[in-house]
Amino acid sequence: MSEVVCTLWGRAGLDRAAQGVLGAGRRLADSTGAALRAIIVGTADDALASGAQAVADRVVVATGPGLEDYNPESYLAALSDLCKAASATVVLLGNDTYAQEIAARLAHRLGGSAAGDAVAVHAEGGKVRVTRGVYGGKATAVIELEKSPAVVWVRARAIEPADAAGRGAGEVERVTPELPATGVKVLERQEESKGGARLEDAQVIVSGGRGLGGPEPFTELQKLADVMHAQMAASRAACDAGWVPASWQVGQTGKKVAPQLYLAIAISGASQHIMGIADSKVICAINRDADAPIFKHCTFGLVEDYQKVIGPLTERLRSAK
Amino acid sequence: MKIAVCLKQILDPEVPARDFKVDAAKREAEQGGANLVTNIFCENALETALQIRDAAGSGEIVALSVGPAGAEDVLRKALALRADQAVLVVNDADTNPDPLFVAKTLAAAIKKIGGVDVVMVGREAGDWGAGQTGGLLAEELAIPCISFAEGFEPGATPGTIKVKRQTDAGFEVIEAPTPLVLTITNHDKNVPRIPKTRDVMQSYRKPLEKWTLSDLGVDGSTSHAYSQVAELFIPKKETKCEFIEGDTVEAKIDALAKRIGDILRAM
Ligand SMILES: Cc1cc2nc3c(=O)[nH]c(=O)nc-3n(C[C@H](O)[C@H](O)[C@H](O)COP(=O)(O)OP(=O)(O)OC[C@H]3O[C@@H](n4cnc5c(N)ncnc54)[C@H](O)[C@@H]3O)c2cc1C
Repeated sequence: MSEVVCTLWGRAGLDRAAQGVLGAGRRLADSTGAALRAIIVGTADDALASGAQAVADRVVVATGPGLEDYNPESYLAALSDLCKAASATVVLLGNDTYAQEIAARLAHRLGGSAAGDAVAVHAEGGKVRVTRGVYGGKATAVIELEKSPAVVWVRARAIEPADAAGRGAGEVERVTPELPATGVKVLERQEESKGGARLEDAQVIVSGGRGLGGPEPFTELQKLADVMHAQMAASRAACDAGWVPASWQVGQTGKKVAPQLYLAIAISGASQHIMGIADSKVICAINRDADAPIFKHCTFGLVEDYQKVIGPLTERLRSAK
Repeated sequence: MKIAVCLKQILDPEVPARDFKVDAAKREAEQGGANLVTNIFCENALETALQIRDAAGSGEIVALSVGPAGAEDVLRKALALRADQAVLVVNDADTNPDPLFVAKTLAAAIKKIGGVDVVMVGREAGDWGAGQTGGLLAEELAIPCISFAEGFEPGATPGTIKVKRQTDAGFEVIEAPTPLVLTITNHDKNVPRIPKTRDVMQSYRKPLEKWTLSDLGVDGSTSHAYSQVAELFIPKKETKCEFIEGDTVEAKIDALAKRIGDILRAM
């Protein structure tokens, strides 16, 4: 029987991304009459192992020397062996940096084809088709993958989790893959944590752009974010200027976020920025230009100089609490 | 150190959404009045390579592109920025070959160039954004690949480099043996420099190699054996923005605070 494989990272746990990957995998397996196998690389906690068990027909956890923490060469080698052992027709990954780094290489090793940042994956006439934004989000393309397996990284957080059907995957199989030696070594791993939720999981986001004019106004925005219990983000222009860390960038080549409220301040709303925020429930902008494209994506917005707004808005939201 | 920087020519990604049109039958964007430009992440890659050569005081940079004859512009610009050598693999037959075809062509060119220590590509292109060239190229050359790199410095032992690269949470420093492929991302220190007018003039007198697919033994008929575009369309999405009104700024801020407060309380 052919199999759909979901690839998960032990370290990440059963986060929203893992749930999205499993949801996409389950539906694809059901629609093509395939079995679903979850492959977890790195030690899995109980929540992840049982979460995967509840959705997949089979769960494999790969651990051992070289797999404790992510290393591109070791993870790739392990995954390629584990996918070959499954008769995979489709391999799904999330869209974190690690998945993006190795997905195409994995496809190459499996003799398959890859496509990424998928908002939808479906099988048609024996081939897998992937829907994704192109031209910086200005167009949508359906890409047909010609080789099998199809290796696809998906916009995991925007994909519905699987129904809690409680299928029950039998036992969890534990394996220790043999890994080839690699000269690639991770010497240092730094997190630019800002406390609170990860940006990808944030429910409320306050985001600043080039129109802020420098790093200082971000301190003001931070105060506003604090009263709103929001995470901070930024446009690429603000990150490239060095005003805030690169890990704050939202968009085509930054984080893909899906909060209840995204407040964009002095951001024009280039299509590449919108690509990262399109899954937000409500987008609100403060921009002094009424013709700024961002307003085309807003539920509501204010045309005003941000400098007149941020301080008083912070005060009002503080006293309204 | 010999660095090959791969550069792709693309439709200007700054074309605003309202002017953007697709040819659904050809499954490509219409160029209209827009320019063709170097993909920004490829420019970031070239800038990174130039800085590394500057810092080392030596080294060689080869600019490499696969594309139509007109992609020569991208390489002239690279020469104006003082790349040492430029190679164009002319592929006039197919304007949007699949990622594996591009990777195979680049791999063949890099082997022919010879002696390359580090191959740099942009993390993805501003047109199709597949983000696969670097990874597939590494597999074709059977060497490692590190993605989302900002740059590198010499490693502790000869034949290695230390790469700083971005991750979702922050960054990592990775030691890796050469040769290898790096996909380069943007950051505050690799914003592309502007060529000097004099260098632009001189770039037209510098040699630029042109190779054909058959020079490299690449079969042009395989340019969609990996994937193809089945459909291309402009998504319809219109949100009607309610603009906050008010007689004074104060009144507008009151109204805005109320709308935001309502959402926060409902969560
Ligand atoms: C391949 C590619 C990938 C990209 N990926 C991303 C990405 O991931 N994320 C991203 O953000 N961008 C990305 N970009 C860049 C994108 O195209 C835009 O250049 C960028 O988003 C612009 O940032 P901005 O809106 O902050 O700046 P600008 O476009 O300069 O907009 C600034 C805005 O601030 C407003 N403003 C100025 N002063 C004030 C004031 N006092 N009060 C209120 N408003 C004011 C202006 O009206 C304007 O609308 C990418 C581009 C390419 C080509």
